[in-house]
Order: sequence, then C-alpha cells, then structure tokens
Amino acid sequence: MEQITTDICIIGAGPVGLFAVFEAGLLKMRCHLIDVLPQVGGQLSEIYPHKPIYDIPGYPDVTAQQLVDNLMVQIAPFHPTFSLGERVENLQRNDDGSYNIITNDGTTVHCQVVVIAGGLGCFEPRKPEIDRLTDFEGKGVAYMVKNPEHFRNKKVVLAGGGDSALDWAVFLSNVAERVTLVHRGDTFRGAPDSAEKVFELAREGKIDLILKSNVVALTGEDRLQEITLLDRDQQVSHIEADHLIPLFGLSPKLGPIADWGLNIDRSAIAVNTVDYSTNIERIYAIGDINTYPGKLKLILCGFHEGALMAQSAFKYVYPEQKLSFKYTTVYGVSAF
Amino acid sequence: MINLTIIDRDGGSRPVEIPEGINLSLMEVLKASEYDILATCGGMALCATCHVQVIKGPEEYFTATDTELDVLDTLPYAPPASRLACQIRITEDMDGMVFKLVGEE
Repeated sequence: MEQITTDICIIGAGPVGLFAVFEAGLLKMRCHLIDVLPQVGGQLSEIYPHKPIYDIPGYPDVTAQQLVDNLMVQIAPFHPTFSLGERVENLQRNDDGSYNIITNDGTTVHCQVVVIAGGLGCFEPRKPEIDRLTDFEGKGVAYMVKNPEHFRNKKVVLAGGGDSALDWAVFLSNVAERVTLVHRGDTFRGAPDSAEKVFELAREGKIDLILKSNVVALTGEDRLQEITLLDRDQQVSHIEADHLIPLFGLSPKLGPIADWGLNIDRSAIAVNTVDYSTNIERIYAIGDINTYPGKLKLILCGFHEGALMAQSAFKYVYPEQKLSFKYTTVYGVSAF
Repeated sequence: MINLTIIDRDGGSRPVEIPEGINLSLMEVLKASEYDILATCGGMALCATCHVQVIKGPEEYFTATDTELDVLDTLPYAPPASRLACQIRITEDMDGMVFKLVGEE
C-alpha cells in the first residue's frame, strides 16, 4: 500500500486537473493526481482524442490528445505524481486540517488541500440489466480484462458489440478454454479488421459467436456457473461459463464524492466563485464538476478556475507566508 | 412553435414548446428543458447519454445515422428507433413528434 505526501491532491487528471498543477507549481505547491482511467487526459483522451478543439486561447485548433500532451509538457517542470487506474474511495480529515485520501487500491495520499477536478465524474463500466449480475462481481463477473492470464483454460463469455468486445474475443481465443461472444445485433460496427477476424474464428470453430441475443440471467452456487441467453425470437438457452465480461463502454458517475458532505446541485458541486472553494474548508472543485451561477462547461473556464484556486489554496500549504502574485513573463517558471 | 412530447424515464410525459428557427439539437433542447440527461460528450455522438427512442413522427426520424449506430451498437440495450438526441437538429417538420428518454440518467 503506497503512502504519498503532497501539498495538493487533485482528483481527476483531465485538462483542468493537469493545468491546476501548473498554477499550483508557480506557487511552489506540489501536486499528486488520481484518476480512475489508466491514462491522463480525462474525457479528452478517453472519448474524443482525435476531435479538434477550437476554443483554446492561442490555438486556432488543437486535437484533444495534442492538448493533453502539451499540458503534460507544460507541467513537467513541477514533477507531478500520479495514481492512475485508481478510484478515490475515502476522505479522512486530520486534526491539523490536512486530509488523507484513500483509493480503492489502498494508496493513501496525505495532503493539505483537496482539489476535485473530476469532470463528469468517475468513468465506470456500463452495467447491462442482467439478473443477479452484481451478485457475481468478483466471482466470475468482471467489467474489464486486467490480466488475460486470469482466464487461461476457463470458459469465458464476452457480451458486447464494440471494439473492445471484438478485440478481447480475438485475444482470449488463444488463452481461454472456450470463448463465447454474445452480441445484441447481427453485425459489428467496430474496426472491420477485428470484426472479420471474429467471424473467421467463429467459422473455424475457435470461438462461439451468438448473435441477436442478450445475456439475461446468471446462476451459480458460490461462483458463476451458467449464463442464460434470450434471443430475438424470445428463445431461452443456457451456456456454462466460468467468467462473464460485459463490455459496454464507460459512463461517468459522481461516485463516493457524493457522500463527502459537499453541497451537490444536479450532479455538480456548488462552489464559491471567489476561489472555487466548496462548503468544506480546504476542498475546492474546478472544471466541469462544479457549478455556480453562469457556469460554462468549457476547458478555458476550468483553467481560470484552477488559477484562482491555487491563489486561495496557498494559505493552507504555506500558512506562515504572504502570497505575492508574480507574472511568468517577469519571473519565468521555476521548476522544483 | 414546434410542439414535441417527451416521455420521461418514469413514463410521465410532458410537452415541450420550441420556437421555430432555433438552431439547436434535440439534446440541447432537452437539457434546456431541465431533463436529466448528461450529454457527456457535448453533442459529438460519442457517449450515448442522450439516448432517445422515436415514438411518433415522420418516417425518416426512425432511422439512426451511421455515426449514431456506431455508438448505439455498443450499448447493452437499444430499442427499435433508437436515436441520439444530439444528432437530431430541431426543424419545423418535427412538430407533433413524440420521443422517449432511454437508458442511464
């Protein structure tokens, strides 16, 4: 279990969280970022990496991924540290006012200030409506493939019709005892190469392809044993399975942050626009996750919010010092 | 005015009145009318959080575009006549149409 000590813990490594590192860095405050996604960039990298963005000042157009890459270069002098692929679970307030943030992997981050830059929330796998699905989570049901070896010589059922369902069906066909791919439709719109490969493996008998069907129920004693399918003609069938991997993409949820006592207004955190502080001392919220009168969900607004947050957070990190505002054009960017 | 009927996830329906000549998508109108839709991607047909079903209206509205199908196909559930509201531009021929919100809030 990793123990990290930093000045500011930023929840969310999207563009606004990343730029907050820069603004904090100018004031000599160190940052650690936590994101549930395995890479930085938030929805820019996860949902639309190749889309051009036209309203970043100074860039007539920039692709989402380019912007994220540039931000990483811009904040490099301040050596931010990251816990990626981890989800924030708990917040503990210490007697001296500082906080401990604990992730689902047991990482503990001790910090003076918490900045929530969580965008639309935590990207979580979409869960299909399957009877007893959650009963078997961790007992045969997983929503992502972390370690393919886990499925060696097992009977694996994949559900879904997107690229990840196709790619994992192909990959696991060489690892698992048996791979079955269940898809609601009868065609695949993912990458044509992957779809062709799946049909080829099915023709060769190396995977079972079940189209126009849905997984509707799960059964088993302690672990998953059998899957019930329903096809378009309402015919029911059963297949034996050690594992079910539903792959229906990700969707954002506010998650445990909703239980921290913050003022929440329609899935967003209410803040004071003087410094983007929340109703809880030392906790700030910036970017798409906050709300205030006149709020615009724009990256450039999130950048501004990060700058004001940093000026305000300074007093908690350096209570003895007086903050003097300095321009980068005069003082440059002093790395640390 | 363009009059639409929106059936919410709980089955309740209410009318939405939209001035003609408004250059908005159905998703933007739904958000402005305080319907609980996330519209995570902001209208790029990427996230499927503005998923609707066409219940009544001109024939051509019942079929999703290729861009929409790319996303709809990855969802666990998509009834017939599924559309992404962000890909439907509000036009006058939509007067009288009925849409139903589908899926996650």
